[in-house]
Amino acid sequence: MYVYDQYDQRMIDERVNQYRDQTRRFLDGMISEDEFLPLRLHNGLYVQRLAPMLRIAIPYGMLSSRQLRKLAQISRDFDKGYAHFSTRQNLQLNWPELAEVPDILAELASVQMHAVQTSGSCIRNTTSDEYAGVAADELEDPRPWCELIRQWSTLHPEFAFLPRKFKIAVCGAEQDRAAIHTHDIGLELVPHPESGEIGFKVLVGGGLGRTPVIGSVICDWLEKKHLITYLEAILRVYNQLGRRDNKYTARIKILVKAMGVQAFRERVEAEWVRLKDGPSTLTEAEISRCQGFFTAPAYRHCDAAAVTAQLQAQAAGNKRFGNWLQRNTVDHRVAGYRIVNIALKATGYAPGDISDRHMEAVADLADTYSFGEVRTTHQQNLVLADVAQEDLYELWQKLDGLGLAIANLGYLTDIICCPGGDFCALANAKSIPVAEAIQSRFDDMDYVYDLGPLDLNISGCMNACGHHHIGHIGVLGVDKKGAEFYQVSLGGSQAKDASIGKILGPSFRREDMPDVIEKILATYVNLRTPEETFLDTYRRVGLDPYKERVYA
Amino acid sequence: MPDVIKDGRVVADPWQGQNLLTPQELNASGALLGAAAADAAPVAVVLAPDQPPSTIEGDLNRLGLVAINFPVFTDGRCFSYARELRELGYTGEIRATGKFIRDQLFFLQRCGFTAFQFEDDANLEDCLPSLTDFSESYQAAADQPEPLFRRRD
Repeated sequence: MYVYDQYDQRMIDERVNQYRDQTRRFLDGMISEDEFLPLRLHNGLYVQRLAPMLRIAIPYGMLSSRQLRKLAQISRDFDKGYAHFSTRQNLQLNWPELAEVPDILAELASVQMHAVQTSGSCIRNTTSDEYAGVAADELEDPRPWCELIRQWSTLHPEFAFLPRKFKIAVCGAEQDRAAIHTHDIGLELVPHPESGEIGFKVLVGGGLGRTPVIGSVICDWLEKKHLITYLEAILRVYNQLGRRDNKYTARIKILVKAMGVQAFRERVEAEWVRLKDGPSTLTEAEISRCQGFFTAPAYRHCDAAAVTAQLQAQAAGNKRFGNWLQRNTVDHRVAGYRIVNIALKATGYAPGDISDRHMEAVADLADTYSFGEVRTTHQQNLVLADVAQEDLYELWQKLDGLGLAIANLGYLTDIICCPGGDFCALANAKSIPVAEAIQSRFDDMDYVYDLGPLDLNISGCMNACGHHHIGHIGVLGVDKKGAEFYQVSLGGSQAKDASIGKILGPSFRREDMPDVIEKILATYVNLRTPEETFLDTYRRVGLDPYKERVYA
Repeated sequence: MPDVIKDGRVVADPWQGQNLLTPQELNASGALLGAAAADAAPVAVVLAPDQPPSTIEGDLNRLGLVAINFPVFTDGRCFSYARELRELGYTGEIRATGKFIRDQLFFLQRCGFTAFQFEDDANLEDCLPSLTDFSESYQAAADQPEPLFRRRD
């Protein structure tokens, strides 16, 4: 993974000093609340319902075991001994003290981490594929590009005060695991239709929130060296023309809709002419330097056939291990290895939450089994990307001992869920208790497996941090005359065939939600053909059969 | 006499008492002067956030001061305007006026602002350290034509 040099470290250290001084002046009454607001947001600090919340950046989801141990220590020393992995691959602390945040940032800087631009109207953490570099279906590793974008966007002097927040995602594989269609800018590494040279397809104006929109293609193929100048041109157009009078119409998706993609593209091209081939054009040397941080580790050679036979025997001998192996591990590009997912979705814990002790345990497992690296996912889970097949059974036993071997990855109970009304000041309704009630109702794993792959996403408000629009089943908390209600939508997808879910009908009370989900699932089971997933059936039959059953 | 921060120091405002033209007034005066405009004394103009540099592009060579006025400190358009002015070749003073804040000085300077005229009675000497919050940056900008990746050892 990327390692800071003296320049990177100096900038992050100076950022800590800058924010320490700003916090001091705020506490001394020398900066007003209004003026301090963007300064603290640019350092990840929200003021929430019960306490401040600090969002720590995990650039494109990559963590070393040393960094994960530091996060464990921080959550113990400055918080209540647990933290929350968000849907944008970041980590959130729910109970830090405002006055102690500069100390937390200094601790982070000591392991090459930060909270720069994790909130506020600026360019946020670039997200990517949690299987980057190891996926069997990958065309090119997106992480060097993410790092180049991280450096360009970090403390960018021109784009610190955009009309609204701005999120970029990059994917380089057959399957889109980065949800690039629902980001302000989505980048996909694609071959040129004629020459075959890999470049970027650029999407713009996707997003969730109040007005969900699938991104539009603004450039079919962009030569790699132009990445930064092209991004700069898009941002400059948005910074100047994006609406600033109303926060609900300020995202780039609204600007692109209002102008039309063609007119927006022409504006970007006009701006780009002035920047293209200028000093910010990427050099071969810099691209190679960044790629050099993301090389393959020293994989062991093994007798693949023998190891596979052994694994099959282990799976046959232990059904729980077999289930976990089938559900939570994924094909690796190197023979003899698999990608392991650690689902943070145990019933009774908020989705994405993890204790300090478990963070340390996962860090130890990463050191033993996966070259000391851990990844975070936008499904709020963790990944050990490089596990030898012959180590899988031992690893599973250790995870199982920790309660971290829940074999539900990609199934109904692997719920994606925002912190909701329990923590968040923006929420209309709680989301965690809904997730828990659904997980409790569907505790029969055979039934859950029989349902097949199913994304259930819950957001506590329109801001859609739980990405409810792109869940196969989406749940949105709404406020009805002061009471918490839940609106259900069906048919969303975050894959390359991305779609926004359709609202089923009037919203439900919280206590009714497990019944509602049960009726939706029963309808699917009745209607499906043997090969159909939940999404396939929905796309074939539409909303009506579900509506009839649920509102009968 | 009111002071401003200019080129990193607190100085008496060199444009004190100068009339700041709007882009419309500037264009009109340029048309009136015709060829004589090139020999006239440099003039000063003020841009609001809905008046991008393209509105004064034809008159840049007779300007000595472009003030960019912040209606609120979070109006990021002003940052892009300064960069565009520099990219258009304007080399005179670019001054932040209005509601910008001290904690923006580093970024403003990177975008091409060379002078800062605070609305309130801020202690200007106290604000100076914010100009040097960082000793290095990743991006190319008005103060550093080369991005860090072209300069790393």
